[in-house]
Amino acid sequence: MKVAIIQFPGSNCDKDTLHVLSSIPKVNATLIWHNEFDDDSFDAAILPGGFSFGDHLRAGAIAAHSSAMQTIRQMAATGKPILGICNGFQILIEAGLLPGALLRNASLRFVCKWTNLNVESTDTAFTCNFEGSARVRMPIAHNEGRFFSDDTLLTTLEKNKQIVMRYSDENPTGTLDDIVAISNVDANVVGMMPHPERASSSFLGGTDGLKVFQSMVEWVQ
Amino acid sequence: MKPILVEIIISNKPQARDPEGETITRDLIHKEGYDTIRNVRTSKLLTMEVDAENEEKACDLTVKMCNDLRLYNPVAHTFSVRAGR
Repeated sequence: MKVAIIQFPGSNCDKDTLHVLSSIPKVNATLIWHNEFDDDSFDAAILPGGFSFGDHLRAGAIAAHSSAMQTIRQMAATGKPILGICNGFQILIEAGLLPGALLRNASLRFVCKWTNLNVESTDTAFTCNFEGSARVRMPIAHNEGRFFSDDTLLTTLEKNKQIVMRYSDENPTGTLDDIVAISNVDANVVGMMPHPERASSSFLGGTDGLKVFQSMVEWVQ
Repeated sequence: MKPILVEIIISNKPQARDPEGETITRDLIHKEGYDTIRNVRTSKLLTMEVDAENEEKACDLTVKMCNDLRLYNPVAHTFSVRAGR
């Protein structure tokens, strides 16, 4: 399957993601500069972590207007898997592909650490390979990861099973209801604050993140 | 035609905690004894020059732009626009 990894000015987890994807059988991943991404022959796309456009205005707010997002929107509408990791999650929210808001961490600190997570939904394109209610470990590294929504939206997310992952013990960012990953209603678009590409090698401290990418392969087949 | 100065103020909605405002209130203002000042909220201020016939039209255009380009996230933020300062 062909996977596009979209590079924005300020992306910095693009090559890590490419490195991990290159180790997964059947995946042919390519880095593509954001305003050159107009090819809908890809089977999936990943918006990697980083600080697109310097996080100016709000993290993800400017990248959300990149022409790449037109292609991403079309892919999402046809059910193709779209993953936003960290800054990629912020971009998906700012582009309106995922609901809610990601605000500055309650501690006002950039938090960079390994975290324990519960996989809340295994119905999505990026979690279908996990065991139900799996407890996994992945690192986070961000300043704006405090998910926020009003009560109505939160109820809708719960009802539609759009909450994909939660912190399982400590909540290091003050995020609403421990939420760290959500999906769209069709479960093909997922945004997550943890970095699965940094948890894809035992050499780096864990391999739980690999299943995120393996899920994508399984979902497409 | 002289451009009209317009300001946009983007703030967290009251339901969204503003930890920066809370820290300024608690660890600076109250710590130094200004107990009658409460509930500091921080905002983002954007200033701009707008070519328009009058202040009302400059504000209308700016409000439209804020909504069209999603300069704020309607889930978490409110915004206000003022001209001519």
